[in-house]
Amino acid sequence: MHPMIYADNAATTSLSPAVLEKMTPYLTQYYGNPSSLYSFSDAPQKAVARAREQVAAVLGAQPNEIYFTSGGSESDNWALKGMAQALRRKGKTHIITSAFEHHAVLHTVNALQKQGFAVTLLPVHENGLVRPDELAAALREDTGLVSIMLANNEIGTIQPIKELAAVAKAHGAVFHTDAVQAVGHIPVNVAELGVDMLSLSAHKFHGPKGVGALYVRRGVVPDILIDGGAQERGRRAGTENVAGIVGLGEAITLAAANMDQIAPKLRELRDYFIDHALSIPRSRVNGDRVHRLPGNVNMCFEGIEGESLLLLLDLQGICASSGSACTSGSLDPSHVLLAIGLPHEVAHGSLRLSFGDETTMEDVQYILEKLGPIVERLRAMSPLWERIQNENR
Amino acid sequence: MYTEQVMDHFTNPRNVGEIPDADGVGEVGNAKCGDIMKMYIKVKDGVITDVKFKTYGCGSAIATSSIATEMIKGHTLEEALTLSNQAVVEALGGLPAHKIHCSVLAEESIKAAIADYYKRQGIDPGPLVGQQSDCAHCCEA
Repeated sequence: MHPMIYADNAATTSLSPAVLEKMTPYLTQYYGNPSSLYSFSDAPQKAVARAREQVAAVLGAQPNEIYFTSGGSESDNWALKGMAQALRRKGKTHIITSAFEHHAVLHTVNALQKQGFAVTLLPVHENGLVRPDELAAALREDTGLVSIMLANNEIGTIQPIKELAAVAKAHGAVFHTDAVQAVGHIPVNVAELGVDMLSLSAHKFHGPKGVGALYVRRGVVPDILIDGGAQERGRRAGTENVAGIVGLGEAITLAAANMDQIAPKLRELRDYFIDHALSIPRSRVNGDRVHRLPGNVNMCFEGIEGESLLLLLDLQGICASSGSACTSGSLDPSHVLLAIGLPHEVAHGSLRLSFGDETTMEDVQYILEKLGPIVERLRAMSPLWERIQNENR
Repeated sequence: MYTEQVMDHFTNPRNVGEIPDADGVGEVGNAKCGDIMKMYIKVKDGVITDVKFKTYGCGSAIATSSIATEMIKGHTLEEALTLSNQAVVEALGGLPAHKIHCSVLAEESIKAAIADYYKRQGIDPGPLVGQQSDCAHCCEA
């Protein structure tokens, strides 16, 4: 069998050996609790402080604006629930987000809706982009919070965050962005973007799982989500995941340093793949081709279902993902693909590949070589494909 | 996630294709749900002499269609009508809970093909085939 080709870097990435090396001493040698007084805890304390500086430096923030969390989902939950509760006391109970956010945002605003908040979901259109003028039109007197993701996790489209944040700011609303897919892959600077809060997760850029951060601009004060001890300057309780935090700091620094080298290579692989895969009849690219994460491919192949496509790719050693209902574990295909206007039957036949710095041109060519015959094979046994063919005769 | 039997029938499906001069054809499921099964049968003296299928759907939809064709080929129509979705699931060594509806589709597609055969013979399929579903909403069950 062909060696495994991992093309699902949007799901998670490998842990960088250099990152692991920096983490290990904090799991073995320097295991002290950073909150303890004795000198044995100096090392973990300093390590957490250093990681905070590393994250702040990459994001263009101040270290005291960085709060470590357990990952992207917690950061999103804290930003939205914490801010919504704080804003409610000022009579601001309307939240605006987009229709194709990650579930960590969508399910959180659903929960807030049940608590009495009003929620508006902005459309994302066929190209998968939120329009600043539509945000402006959706703002109400009681709008306190806007949350729009920086880059979409399925179709990789990069939102005009700077423009969107400016619209929110002019209205006096707090602006949060879920940047989990963007940080480490494209330049993200909180000052340039003008965002008030930003979520990130280490395992999306070769850091460890189970650690992330929330950037909270000075002066913005969401209510506390995790009550308890005085860690994170009293804002997020729980003994620090020291090794994880060290890994996050190291991984974000490496990702930022290597970005100029890796991103152009990924764009080339991505565009090469899409250009060639489009030669498969009745295939399409999902989402804008320009405003798109460097390593993201998302395509649909009509007449076939995504799970069987993934299983056959897996048999060839290729790890990929799909937005089909069967792979989502729910009855409906991906809400992202439905949000960009795809009919259910087209969305079921989706394939997401997310290339990373380990992906080579040989890998891309190998996937292309296998993909065509697999699609053909599934179509040959598909009554839906037969129907599509007959309709176009 | 899947048993060896499911992967075997998915990767090497039996009886895939069409029968151009089929005596009965049944199609169930819908594109919106992400699975459609189409069964073709050839019948001689009340026995299913040949059966072919085409399926649009996930791995377990393809596997259940494949094994179902094996379970009815060479059997009488009456025997084929007794094939239950549970029997299909058992023959595959089990299916994940959210894939059980695929086995229902397999059972219903066979019933639909046999009902079509009876209709073509001028026989009312109602009393013979019993309650039928086109499984347009099986995925919502």
